[in-house]
Amino acid sequence: MKKGKLWTLAVLLIVSMVLAACQSGNGGEAGTEGDKAGESGGESKTLVFGRGGDSVSLDPSRVTDGESMKVAANIFETLINFGEQDTTLQPGLAKEWEASEDGLTYTLELEEGVKFHDGTDFNAEAVVKNFERWANGDADTFPYYQSMFGGFKGDEGHVIESVTAEGDHTVVFTLKRPQAPFLKNLAMTMFGIGSPEAFEADAEAFGEKPVGTGPFKFVEWKRNDSITVEKNEDYWKEGLPKLDRVVFRSIPDNGARLNALITGDIDLADGINPSDQATISGDDNLQLFERPSLNIGYLGMTVTREPFGDKLVRQAFNHAIDKQAIIDAFFEGAAEMAKNPIPPSIPAFNDSIEGYEYDPEKAKELLAEAGYPDGFEMELWAMPVPRPYMPDGAKVAEVIQKNLADIGVTAEIVSYEWATYLEKASKGEADAFLLGWTGDNGDADNFIYALLDGDNIGSNNYTYYDNDELHDILIEAQTEVDEDKRNELYAKAQEIIHEDAPWVPLAHSTPLLAGSADITGFKAHPTGSDILSNVDFN
Amino acid sequence: MLQYIGKRLLQLIPVLLGMTFIVFMIIRAIPGNPAQVILGQQASPEAVASLEAKLGLDQPWYTQYFEFLAGILTGDLGESLRTRAPVAQEIWPYLAATIELAVFAMIIAVIVGVNAGIISAWFQNSWFDYAAMVIALVGVSMPIFWLGLMEQWIFGIELNMLPTTGREEVRNPVAAITGLYVVDTIIQGRFDQLGEVLKHLVLPGIALATIPMAIIARMTRSSMLEVMRSDFVRTARSKGQRMSLVVYKHALKNAIIPVLTVIGLQMGILLGGAILTETIFGWPGIGRYIYDAIGFRDYPVIQSGILVVAFIFVMINLLVDILYSVVDPRIKYD
Repeated sequence: MKKGKLWTLAVLLIVSMVLAACQSGNGGEAGTEGDKAGESGGESKTLVFGRGGDSVSLDPSRVTDGESMKVAANIFETLINFGEQDTTLQPGLAKEWEASEDGLTYTLELEEGVKFHDGTDFNAEAVVKNFERWANGDADTFPYYQSMFGGFKGDEGHVIESVTAEGDHTVVFTLKRPQAPFLKNLAMTMFGIGSPEAFEADAEAFGEKPVGTGPFKFVEWKRNDSITVEKNEDYWKEGLPKLDRVVFRSIPDNGARLNALITGDIDLADGINPSDQATISGDDNLQLFERPSLNIGYLGMTVTREPFGDKLVRQAFNHAIDKQAIIDAFFEGAAEMAKNPIPPSIPAFNDSIEGYEYDPEKAKELLAEAGYPDGFEMELWAMPVPRPYMPDGAKVAEVIQKNLADIGVTAEIVSYEWATYLEKASKGEADAFLLGWTGDNGDADNFIYALLDGDNIGSNNYTYYDNDELHDILIEAQTEVDEDKRNELYAKAQEIIHEDAPWVPLAHSTPLLAGSADITGFKAHPTGSDILSNVDFN
Repeated sequence: MLQYIGKRLLQLIPVLLGMTFIVFMIIRAIPGNPAQVILGQQASPEAVASLEAKLGLDQPWYTQYFEFLAGILTGDLGESLRTRAPVAQEIWPYLAATIELAVFAMIIAVIVGVNAGIISAWFQNSWFDYAAMVIALVGVSMPIFWLGLMEQWIFGIELNMLPTTGREEVRNPVAAITGLYVVDTIIQGRFDQLGEVLKHLVLPGIALATIPMAIIARMTRSSMLEVMRSDFVRTARSKGQRMSLVVYKHALKNAIIPVLTVIGLQMGILLGGAILTETIFGWPGIGRYIYDAIGFRDYPVIQSGILVVAFIFVMINLLVDILYSVVDPRIKYD
């Protein structure tokens, strides 16, 4: 009988637990509403921001992933800011700046009276210490510093000669050679200025307990679950931030994240499937946000693999693929057809180029001219993961497969797990592959040089395309500080790429977010680092 | 008994050793380079090579393997390549999240599964029996992904009864002490939070419980059917004892051994195999921790994470074996 009692007890316990859960369920809903509108008397405002993954580190200079930047952009501030929804240069911690004629010296005037979250002063000395910290690092600790500034102290490629403080509020950067996107690089979230006292005390712990000057202070991190930041009461910008707390929550599945938004578990959701647009527009409690496009999704052709060494074949592919059909079907219209490797929002975009028209007949002619009147067999690689620039790689590949069949080319679709896919593609093992890129700083160099220059074969130039003329132009453009001359160089570069056609540029997508209808002041940034200081609840 | 346990523990060593070896070799056989993943797509080949050297990835595999083993012996599970934090320190919150969910799911699975099995057996070939067994069949074949999203849709969106993702109401966060939020909230006397935590457990708990529930129900039913045909049950029934007494006191005790085996195995599977549930419900558990690590080629996390899960798995099996002799005194281990 003893055991019977035990069972009864267990059942009773469970039932009471479930009842308790349901009870507080009703109460909890009210509580949730109350929290949003105001905990204890209408004061506290918490925004829960749902996203696909967790951050790796909250020290943005040490990592390369977008999810880390998304949080860091609200804790740290950069010397120069990007515009609210573009990559123009705006004052940040530096209120003004001046470049010398030769492009070798930049003088930045800093904001006064700014304090780090730990109460220490932000000043020129702090800026110098941050740059010293990075310059004395290595590729392992500060990967982005190396990519953007050409190396570390002592390296030949290192662009920065010195960073010096002149008085408390003036910083002077001296460069070894001109670097056109220098100011844009300074505006990247990874170069947010941290409290020297904090990172000098414990460099390892800095990524767990970041200390910046930003609108929000770090509170807590539950790995793979949530990161909480709270209002910086002493923030130097009057009246900001408007929220009291922001919780960044990781919900990996896009469908589940949308469900959580609909039920009110979260207030804002990143990574909305284009196909869910209708659901959101049809719901009065929700609103849709568009992230301005700073990306490219493309079909790359590995030029070292036959027959893709032949320009005519690559041009034929450009004529064969019906981009508009792909955009209509899988981006649900939330994308612009691509003709160049950079998106139109970048000033260097060459609009005079005429994109290859969808013309299967012309494609067949080109193939015949190249010596393949009956087509050939090939592998077509489809991305295994959704990315903003490619919401559904497998489906896009199917359309391309059909398009290619129309011109007599038999494409077999293959796919690998993501890290494997990138590794194999970077070794040049794919005939043709779907891939894409989201820009870091809105500069043409960050697309064209990174993705299509011979220097980057083995890293981001997956096509193995290597053109000396293009290379010379790109290198010249890197040091050309005159904006107009620089744009001319990139215009020429885009012509060469258009003619050589190592890619079929497919689309510049508009990544979508959704939020509850009462959110105001949210502006999605093209780089993906959204600063939430202006966000409020209505 | 102690001798038996000691012997079993010794037997674990080759099992775990073999497991580490297989995992070690498999993750190195798949393409992909941790150094490249850490440094991002922009990194130069030289930077990748220098990081590989720093991480010791350029060493021959046996050197790396023995270093890993030596580390384990001293309680060092290595350091995550991605977060640079010691795995031994990092792993507990994930493990706690999974244990909490798995235990909750198992409680549901056992209560519902065992009782459904008993009733089905008692009323063999009745409508209840057929219905329960059809549901069980559907249960074992249910795609968790679909079930999870349906649960969210019905209980979250349509009925608005339960939260759809996460472990807690993030606007009223639990202060973690043990990492088991049910325990933490009770320790701190935060019963408002306890309610929230339990609510968050319900949907993923049910999703995770579905398969073991079905398996347990079927196993209980077949085991009970066998026992109920035996003489002592017939005697008990002919004496006119209450049904509940016959079932729970006489029959179940004799039928429970195979059910216990299944429960033990399923518990192990829940701990390691909750990846889908954890993904759909945004549950920060160990399945996702290891799964993400595979994507990042974070070798130490994969190796040590799987080792920890495997260790728990074999310990549960050992526990089940010991429980046999508790439940059935005829089983002796000497």
